[in-house]
Amino acid sequence: MIAYVVRRILYAVPTLIGVNLIAFALFFVANTPDDMARMALGAKRVTPEAVEKWKAERGYDRPLLFNGEARGAKKLTDTIFFDKSVRLFAFDFGNADDGRNIGHEIRTRMWPSLALAIPSLLVGLAVYVTAALAFALFRASAFDIWGVVACIALMSISALFYIVGGQYLVSKLWSLVPISGYQGGVDSFKFLVLPVLVGLAAGFGESVRVYRTFFLEEIGRDYVRTARAKGLSDAALLGRHVLKNAAIPILTGVVAAIPGLFLGSLLTESFFGIPGLGSYTIDAIQAQDFAVVRSMVFLGAVLTILGYLLADLSYTLVDPRVRFE
Amino acid sequence: MRGAGVVLLVLLAALAAGCGDAWNDPYPAAQRGENILYTSFIERPKTLDPARSYTSDEWNFTAQIYEPPLQYHYLKRPYELVPLTAAEMPTVRYLDAQGRELPPDAPSAAIAFSEYEIRIRPGIRYAPHPAFATDAAGKPLYLDLPRAEIDRRFTLADFPATGTRELVAEDYVYQIKRLAHPRLVSPIFGHMSTYIVGLKELAAALDAENKRLVDAHRAQYGPADRGLPWIDLRKFPLAGVEVVDRYTYRVRIKGRYPQFKYWLAMPFFAPVPVEAERFHAQRGMNEGRNLTLDWYPVGTGAYMLTENNPNARMVLDRNPNFRGEDYPSAGEPGDAEAGLLRDAGKRGPFIDKVIYSREKEGIPYWNKFLQGYYDQSGISSDNFDQAVRIDMEGEASLSPEMEARGIWLRTSVGTSSFYLAFNFLDPVVGGLGERQRKLRQAISIALDWEEFISIFQNGRGIPGMGPIPPGISGYRDGAEGMNPVVYDWVDGRPQRKSIEVALRLLAEAGFPDGRDAKTGQPLVLHLDTVQRGPGDKPRLDWYRRQFAKLNIQLEIRATDWNRFQEKVRTGNTQLFFLGWNADYPDPENFMFLLNGPQARAKTGGENAANYQNPEYDRLFEQMKNMDDGPERQALIDRMLAIARHDAPWVFGYHPKDYGLAHEWVGNVKPNQMARNGLKFHRLDTGLRERRRAEWNHPAVVPLAILAALAAAAAAGGMVAYRRREARSARGAEAAA
Repeated sequence: MIAYVVRRILYAVPTLIGVNLIAFALFFVANTPDDMARMALGAKRVTPEAVEKWKAERGYDRPLLFNGEARGAKKLTDTIFFDKSVRLFAFDFGNADDGRNIGHEIRTRMWPSLALAIPSLLVGLAVYVTAALAFALFRASAFDIWGVVACIALMSISALFYIVGGQYLVSKLWSLVPISGYQGGVDSFKFLVLPVLVGLAAGFGESVRVYRTFFLEEIGRDYVRTARAKGLSDAALLGRHVLKNAAIPILTGVVAAIPGLFLGSLLTESFFGIPGLGSYTIDAIQAQDFAVVRSMVFLGAVLTILGYLLADLSYTLVDPRVRFE
Repeated sequence: MRGAGVVLLVLLAALAAGCGDAWNDPYPAAQRGENILYTSFIERPKTLDPARSYTSDEWNFTAQIYEPPLQYHYLKRPYELVPLTAAEMPTVRYLDAQGRELPPDAPSAAIAFSEYEIRIRPGIRYAPHPAFATDAAGKPLYLDLPRAEIDRRFTLADFPATGTRELVAEDYVYQIKRLAHPRLVSPIFGHMSTYIVGLKELAAALDAENKRLVDAHRAQYGPADRGLPWIDLRKFPLAGVEVVDRYTYRVRIKGRYPQFKYWLAMPFFAPVPVEAERFHAQRGMNEGRNLTLDWYPVGTGAYMLTENNPNARMVLDRNPNFRGEDYPSAGEPGDAEAGLLRDAGKRGPFIDKVIYSREKEGIPYWNKFLQGYYDQSGISSDNFDQAVRIDMEGEASLSPEMEARGIWLRTSVGTSSFYLAFNFLDPVVGGLGERQRKLRQAISIALDWEEFISIFQNGRGIPGMGPIPPGISGYRDGAEGMNPVVYDWVDGRPQRKSIEVALRLLAEAGFPDGRDAKTGQPLVLHLDTVQRGPGDKPRLDWYRRQFAKLNIQLEIRATDWNRFQEKVRTGNTQLFFLGWNADYPDPENFMFLLNGPQARAKTGGENAANYQNPEYDRLFEQMKNMDDGPERQALIDRMLAIARHDAPWVFGYHPKDYGLAHEWVGNVKPNQMARNGLKFHRLDTGLRERRRAEWNHPAVVPLAILAALAAAAAAGGMVAYRRREARSARGAEAAA
């Protein structure tokens, strides 16, 4: 297993280089260093000299990928791409184009993102699995049919509607929780109740339908029929056997999603004023801050690779037959 | 089931305990009744360094912290400069090329230099900051810290000792030198270096020193190390700026530049203490933390920044070392009636703390204002109809719903101009030829800005008659201020000329009925614009309809902001929209937007239309350095007549700003030029608490109903399951 993990980590290196290269290319197709300088310096009274000085101070006055004027290895290393990318592999994110430290921002902002994402994940998982089990328990009944119809209806509604509707109903009309904002520690509870509930409602239809399908597929298997023939109750059957055996696909999605929790939710964070990494990324894209965009893309790629690795490893926990050779 | 109920009860109890009476209060219970102003911000400030900051979003913070020598009078209009830290208004001496003093009325051509002498008041002290902390022997505590000492500190609060010192003239001089600092890249350096004697030379010297230091530093620590060594600007002379004595400094300007006094009211010319720069420049301060001057501004103003979390919240606390400032005793007519002189002569600031919360979305922002959790608010288009009614005369008043809540409305015309520019480098619409001029005039008439303001601005704006907005000297109201190319004066008000007049002009331009008279081809014009999303479609359709009145086909070339800016910069456009926000309340700051030598494509200046009329440029050179008066007004009138005749812009509109505030907020008067008015705002916190409690009763009944429904559903499910199990069992027995 250790060899497998090491191999997977080694595979990650070219993947990360590729991701970096693609992010770099996409960013600089849309934005030149001049654009970045002008965005940072503002629209008024900006002279070409100021633009050049800004670029020189931040190392954007060099060629993007290949420095024809340099010699030897410097043809590749004395470039914006190399200078801005190589340090990422040591998780040295450097400073944003406005001079602020990206590592500091990430460390500060990941906590609100996690404070929102972890309860959303755990509560969501509990509710979705419970609901999906209930539908599977009463499968083919009116409850199941109308439940699926309701799920499809819920899936068809935009996430924005849940947010705005939730804010209107719960915060404005009923005055139960703040409409937006965030405080750390215990105080975060009252700010997170509504976004978690909204996230729960927005994801309910899709997740419950998927989980229900997993459970129904499992219910159709021979061992379930055998267990039922031996007199096992439906509740015991679902709880003890079906749930456990349907856990692999559920686990794949959940574990792979865990690292992504750090990166936050763009829409929810924005509407609920939660200062997480999602809104940080959006701000950076709007401000054309390549240093931040590059860091967040890199971090996202690392976490995604880590997530899938964790998902693979977690299979061994729920299915002893799985072995990594 | 019982367990779930208990959990629900615990959660509700926790919610209630954290919230007091109003559950939806977003602020900690400990802040109730405190003298705190709650407001918001949308964009996170990019920088709080006064040498770099140049946006109103940032000045909302820096103007409360940093104090330039001058400020704008809080109440008087037209805007009037008054001393802030200066003991009196600066004195100006004019000198010839040999340095001999000239009389104040000397002609501009004879003036080689203007010398501004600024004397600041003694006894002004900085807000507490660790950079000033000293030990018992007076030795600085934190200015030469070893790296290990810095590595264990992450915020300014990790430096327990603070200190202060008196503001001196040297601090102002130091900041002027910072404008030339190569690492700061001040946006006004290019402009100021053409005026302040020696600034360009200082920049060259600093560039060389910076390169030397950076090369040496990288050789020692490697290219990745960001802790570049500090440059002590005191060692570098600036020929045009000198410290006269402890409280006096002098700035020498090339030629005559009366607008320089307005720059002295901007944060660019606020003092920066050398200790603060030295403190934050220590190696390691910006490694993994934001211990920078940009992040922790230090000034002498009424407030100091005590929490800088631009992702969520910025907090200003009253500066304990602030000397206090008397509320103005005089304003403009109507101020007394509006209650704006109730605190005349009283010493501010009147508010202890200001909390800015970040609100990126309009819906939560507006609702929190209505709930009483923000004390003031602007009005977005989405909420306009809910907040404001426009009467038959076009006057705005509050809606009954807002009035019932005790909210009040303040309106002011912004010191901004929005316009449609014709690129003068374009052969079809540009140039001073008769054909092109008539085409531009025809389009100027056809674009119905009154309709635009009504549809897209909710009536919040006034049509432009020229580049100068109301409130700026040089602007004329009534018939004498009307643009006669586009309007007629009818029944005491300007009336847009009919479309027939525009069609006639178009025909005279060689495009009868929108077709080229020679080729018969339809006239197609191109509008370059930034498209931000589907919401822009109605606006773009409106433009097309306006041109269609002249049978001109308008082709919209939507692009992103970068490409748009590039096209304008290179003169690769035909028509485009732009706006300008005043730097200072002087007509020069608007008339220069049409000055030939400022043409964007040639010089990178602010004349984006690349308009060039020698007569206009000649008059501009005369006008720009004059003091306000009839002579200057006459020149401005002539220049306006030329610009209206040539029509390089379709003069669009000057937006009106609408602001709402709750009844518990006092002394608020919009000030388009200055943003340091927080020190004069006042709050009735008792009234605010009562209103918040009244407006935010938690509705627990829906919660109880939801809980009951959930319990009933769970119970129903359980019963159904048991019945099913029993039925299965009986079915199995029957089968057996």
